[in-house]
Amino acid sequence: MMTFLIVDDSRVIRSVARKIFQDLGIETREAENGQLGLDSVKEAIPDGVLLDWNMPVMNGLEFLQSLRATDLERQPKVILCTTENDMDHIMAALSAGADEYIMKPFDADIIRTKLEQIGLL
Amino acid sequence: MSTPLIPLEFDVFARLLKLRSGIIITPDKTYLLESRLQPIARKWNLEDLRGIAKKLSGMPDQRLLDDIVDAMTTNETLFFRDQNPFDSLKNYVLPTLTDKGHRPRKIRIWSAACSSGQEAYSIAMLLLEEKEKYAGCTFEIVGTDISREILAKAQSGIFSQFEVQRGLPIQYLVKYFVKDGDRWALKDTVKSMVSFRFFNLLEDPRLLGTFDIVFCRNVLIYFDHNTKKGILERISRALSPDGVLCLGGSESVLGITDKFTSVTGQRSMYQQSAPK
Repeated sequence: MMTFLIVDDSRVIRSVARKIFQDLGIETREAENGQLGLDSVKEAIPDGVLLDWNMPVMNGLEFLQSLRATDLERQPKVILCTTENDMDHIMAALSAGADEYIMKPFDADIIRTKLEQIGLL
Repeated sequence: MSTPLIPLEFDVFARLLKLRSGIIITPDKTYLLESRLQPIARKWNLEDLRGIAKKLSGMPDQRLLDDIVDAMTTNETLFFRDQNPFDSLKNYVLPTLTDKGHRPRKIRIWSAACSSGQEAYSIAMLLLEEKEKYAGCTFEIVGTDISREILAKAQSGIFSQFEVQRGLPIQYLVKYFVKDGDRWALKDTVKSMVSFRFFNLLEDPRLLGTFDIVFCRNVLIYFDHNTKKGILERISRALSPDGVLCLGGSESVLGITDKFTSVTGQRSMYQQSAPK
């Protein structure tokens, strides 16, 4: 079964995303900041990561840069999912290795189409 | 609270929609009338749908008729809806029509019932991505719809944050849009490839010229058998001999017309049948 790691400091967002993924038949794991997210990836590599930008301890961009610099058996797909909706943030995320970008608020259709675009559905 | 429609009043709406747009609405879709026409009732200071029906039975204002058809025919769309037709366009239709780009020609593409324009603009972005392969070719995309209101939105090329996230790869957003407040505006490089025109599918599309590719997806499902047949046969007359018709995933020409045959290996793609 496909697994997604949801990295977001908001319990509400994690819960909404978990429900959407579960409805798509995707298993989820959760982390509440970038550092815990990295630890989780090193423990078991997920197929994808849904990643918030603004988080305590380690933010989403730092997580993404560290992840892409880490020597892993395979790199998971990463979808940034953030309230940051200007071109500079999107460009920064893509430069750091994001595969897709979601601007909050989001819904199940947006998640589904983004998963299709990155070849996970 | 609004009073439910009686059958006679329902028939007023059903006849109007069939006559002006070809769309069939059955009594089990009364909820659709209720949800879509309540805003029209408010706009015209009428209490409810019964008020609209009453007004329609006299000498109705043309603008009221337009509003009703607009409200009932405007459908949701998204960028690159169902990826498959766009893959077929890129990998089969365009190379075939141009002998892999070696045969320079003008390719005209029709996005029928284009709603707010996402399909037409998706085709334009795909063509821009592929332009080096078709250096000698020119492309013209025409989007048509029966709703003037939705055509104005399509023409604006401005989309909400929700709309640009539904189907549009983020790399295309960065490449082909600029942020405009809290909305996203298409760049002129894309907009200039598409023109939009009012057109009713019950009319003869040769008014729009001849096309090499017609996208008419998820449209036929709203019509009865004879109307579908008429639309398909009129499209056939407006399609070039080597042209291709793309229908929606759940639509087919089977049992409706023999003017088209399916393209082998290309789901939802149809070509003109050989003359008998």
